[in-house]
Amino acid sequence: MENLIALLVGAPLLGAAVLLCGGRRLDKSGHWLGTLLAAVSFFIGLALFADMLGKGAEDRAMHQRLFTWISVDGFQADIAFQLDQLSMTFVLLITGVGTLIHVYSIGYMEHDERRRRFFGYLNLFVAAMLLLVLADNFLLLYFGWEGVGLASYLLIGFWQHKPTAATAAKKAFLVNRVGDMGLSIAIMLMFTTFGTFAFGPVFAATDEASEGKLTAIGLMLLLAACGKSAQVPLQSWLGDAMEGPTPVSALIHAATMVTAGVYLIVRSADIFNAAPDAQLVVTVVGAVTLLFGAIVGCAKDDIKKALAGSTMSQIGYMILAAGLGPIGYAFAIMHLVTHGFFKAGLFLGAGSVMHGMNDEVDMRRYGGLRKYMPVTFATFGLGYLAIIGFPGLSGFFSKDKIIEAAFAKGGTEGWILGSVTLLGAAITAYYMTRVMLMTFFGEKRWQPDAEGHAPHPHESPKSMTIPMVLLAFGSVFAGAFFGIGDRFVAWLEPVTNFEHGHPPISAGAITGATVAVMVIGVGIAYLQYGRRPVPVVAPRGSLLTRAARRDLLQDDFNHAVFVTGGTHLTRSLVYVDHTLVDGVVNGTAASVGGLSGRLRKLQNGYARTYAVSMFGGTAVLIAATLLMRAV
Amino acid sequence: MSFPLLTVTAAVPAVGAILTAAVPAARRTAAKWLALLVSLATLVLAAVVFARFEPGGDRYQLTESHAWIKDFGVRYELGVDGIGVALIALTALLIPFVILAGWHDADPLETKSSRWRPTQGFFALILMVEAMVILSFEATDVFLFYILFEAMLIPMYFLIGGFGDRAHAGSDENAAAQRSYAAVKFLLYNLVGGLIMLAAVIGLYVVAGNFSLTEIAEARANGSLEMATSTERWLFLGFFFAFAVKAPLWPLHTWLPNAMGEATAPVAVLITAVVDKVGTFAMLRFCLGLFPEASKWATPAIVVLALISIVYGALVAVGQRDIKRLVAYASISHFGFIILGIFAMTTQGQSGATLYMVNHGISTAALMLVAGFLISRRGSRLIADYGGVQKVAPVLAGTFLIGGLATLSLPGLAPFVSEFLVLVGTYARYPVAGIIATTGIVLAALYTLVLYQRTMTGPVKEEVRTLPDLRPRELAVVIPLIAVLIFLGVFPKPLTDVVNPAVQHTMSDVQQKDPTPEVEAAK
Repeated sequence: MENLIALLVGAPLLGAAVLLCGGRRLDKSGHWLGTLLAAVSFFIGLALFADMLGKGAEDRAMHQRLFTWISVDGFQADIAFQLDQLSMTFVLLITGVGTLIHVYSIGYMEHDERRRRFFGYLNLFVAAMLLLVLADNFLLLYFGWEGVGLASYLLIGFWQHKPTAATAAKKAFLVNRVGDMGLSIAIMLMFTTFGTFAFGPVFAATDEASEGKLTAIGLMLLLAACGKSAQVPLQSWLGDAMEGPTPVSALIHAATMVTAGVYLIVRSADIFNAAPDAQLVVTVVGAVTLLFGAIVGCAKDDIKKALAGSTMSQIGYMILAAGLGPIGYAFAIMHLVTHGFFKAGLFLGAGSVMHGMNDEVDMRRYGGLRKYMPVTFATFGLGYLAIIGFPGLSGFFSKDKIIEAAFAKGGTEGWILGSVTLLGAAITAYYMTRVMLMTFFGEKRWQPDAEGHAPHPHESPKSMTIPMVLLAFGSVFAGAFFGIGDRFVAWLEPVTNFEHGHPPISAGAITGATVAVMVIGVGIAYLQYGRRPVPVVAPRGSLLTRAARRDLLQDDFNHAVFVTGGTHLTRSLVYVDHTLVDGVVNGTAASVGGLSGRLRKLQNGYARTYAVSMFGGTAVLIAATLLMRAV
Repeated sequence: MSFPLLTVTAAVPAVGAILTAAVPAARRTAAKWLALLVSLATLVLAAVVFARFEPGGDRYQLTESHAWIKDFGVRYELGVDGIGVALIALTALLIPFVILAGWHDADPLETKSSRWRPTQGFFALILMVEAMVILSFEATDVFLFYILFEAMLIPMYFLIGGFGDRAHAGSDENAAAQRSYAAVKFLLYNLVGGLIMLAAVIGLYVVAGNFSLTEIAEARANGSLEMATSTERWLFLGFFFAFAVKAPLWPLHTWLPNAMGEATAPVAVLITAVVDKVGTFAMLRFCLGLFPEASKWATPAIVVLALISIVYGALVAVGQRDIKRLVAYASISHFGFIILGIFAMTTQGQSGATLYMVNHGISTAALMLVAGFLISRRGSRLIADYGGVQKVAPVLAGTFLIGGLATLSLPGLAPFVSEFLVLVGTYARYPVAGIIATTGIVLAALYTLVLYQRTMTGPVKEEVRTLPDLRPRELAVVIPLIAVLIFLGVFPKPLTDVVNPAVQHTMSDVQQKDPTPEVEAAK
């Protein structure tokens, strides 16, 4: 069975190669091929899953080694895969949701003349993401890590003729590269500490390494996670990434790629368990991002950007849980999976709304759509209930567990983290209710688009609604399936270990509080957006609202420091290079050999003569001497 | 006497050059085909060298040795180690593409008289450079190497000065002046370096009594040749200076942007991908091999200069307005990585540096040649004159992006392997330097993606609207290069197999061992 692992990656990789090199011949059939190969990968994943379930919990990990990638004395990296319960979870999520989104894209991208290329990029993404989660060493993981970065770059900038899309793509890649520096340095640290960066040997040797080194490795891995998973301070690219086609936002920037940071931390559990300082920083980053994303999500009028803020915030929950150690790892991944269902569903719903509304994204110009798009409304509504943690739905189970675990961290830290997660739950209920009300309820506030076409909202074709229905199904039931009887925890336990957290207050009280804050959040949003008409033009808003609309000014800071500052720096360096460095070197040469004066008088041709004669002189001299001697 | 394979590998392009130059004026096309065939024959020979070389065998193989100038102990002595083999392969691989890419670069302008034979000259000069570069990778006699090191300046000078880029913004007269400035600057910088090296070569002879690399190194290792510390340092500096000009290392780099900017794209590739590699190759072979103690003494300063090159080259690249100058500064940044890897004095660093030389050659060729195709279509080198090219020429844009991704060392493409090895090898010895060098991965993404965004994306510029996509000849240049980049990115084993043993020898030259991992050291 383990020989099938490479095919998981191979099928979509083949699709990408064929679709991107195949030329126009494939324009008519390319999307079918791309979808088929994603599905092939999914079914291989299912077969491996079935095989895995047939084995005892401790013997489920499978390995496949293809060949040595890089081998220099003392340094060895293999192209080799490891499929354990953690990887398996991701494989099913990536290929499952991935296949659904391929299907959705057939309809969504129907009128795009570059649809074949779009499917090629999607296949490339699936292959790279699978490589990321299947690698058995950190360097191969890095390969997949950058591969998904490339796919993300290509897909955010898919509509390259739009300058905003091209800029957003570049920004995403650059910010991610800052994170990649962290991953590079982490691997270098592992190499100098352990002499290897393969999962098995590194994790086995963590108790022999100094805590200082482990903390450094942990922090560098966190930096990488911040880039890929859009955590503060590297979160600024995610909102802009919404320039990409909506299926991309659903697959890459909600369900899978952005959660790679969580995978990285959970995968490196052995390192973090031995580095409590690094763990603390992880929880702080998670807590800060959780609030940051939620606040930003409250202020955005662009439906996709509101959802992007929400994604950031939900991943904050996962990162926070991952920072809690063995009491949180399993819940981080559980929330990751349920979030994959409901957030992908919400994005596909948003895409369906846009599809029916002339690609309008401003929620202030929606309103009353529930009657016109019933399937979209129903599926989006279920996703909404799931994300706010409505009792019984997916998000309720997974989020509640994280809140419990946060309290269970103990001490003041536990109280602070627990309160932050509760506050986040309230804000989540608020901004999601706002999205729901502005889009599907209230008055119609539809406006004609730039070319004057009035929108005629209609339900999307079957190829788009079926994936939405399936994801809604997951949004409703996945949580209960995973959560009841601790099924999911038991499944992951051999990989991540598990400790029962003991919160200072009873679990029932925490659940009660979670539901209560949710009701408060929904209630406030209802008072603001349900009871009162929504203005088509955004009111000026409070200072906080205005700051939140601008991503809490973090982008302005980046722009001032890195963009403007960087531009000045490079310009002055260009000047310095042109005048100072060139001048000094030429000048030194002049004072030594009188050469540069000639250089400046170049126009009159002296220098050329000079150089040639000097060179010729030397050559003749040497040659003459040598020949005379040699004969 | 065994078959002189190394001599023949260098002699074929040399003879080919003479034959190409002799083709009658009217038979331009025949000259081109002749040059291409000669370069392909050389490639076959290089492949034979590669196949015949035994990684586990002697340090220098396929050796040839003949007395040349007996009085001075100068010998015509050849031999290759794994590093030389890899670089010969790179050279022989790139030249056919350089020729094919420059197919029309030297077509005579109608205004010139019919006796003018620029085409023959252009291709003959390229082959002559190839011959000299290959021979310099083979020479194990210091004097022979010096002669080649200097002599290759002559054909390069004419290639830069005589066949400039026709796509210069501004008047022809101005363009000619710029070009000749660039050519002379190239020549003067390298001549000064060469003269200083000549002094050191003579000094070495005075001390050692012969020019044989192997003999001197052996005598130094077994203690029969003692060198005063200060003597060794002066000699090292003399050699290093020449190589640092050629490589080029900050602050001796300013000739490169001029030369690469003014030369045609294929000649720019010849400069940065092939000829400059002689500089970094020589650092490994001669500086470390002949002067190990002085090399270690100079390492801190060289590491600092290499780091400056990496960061400074990348930052200045970001600020460029000219596509080719941008690639030139990117190369300066990459040469910083190569030199850093060499002087990190770890096996990973030096293996990485050697692979870097090969991979940088291929990736820069891919990027620069596609850039050249673009420039020849629009007649401008200025980034601002482009925009939206991907809409009208998607294949050109796609291949340009792949060249760019190779330049920014994306995993899956060859340069990643070498860059990561250099970084990890540097970090093991000098953690702070390793971390500073890591910023290069962000900066490389910056200049590459900014270049791509400004030229290829956005609304289609009016002047760009009618640009044709890549033609078959151009595809024949680009596709094989990309294929090699992907192959070596996923399976670099053929290269590491020959390079690793050579690096072991270099490491023992300088008597260095890799730092032990912390966990093992604790045991």
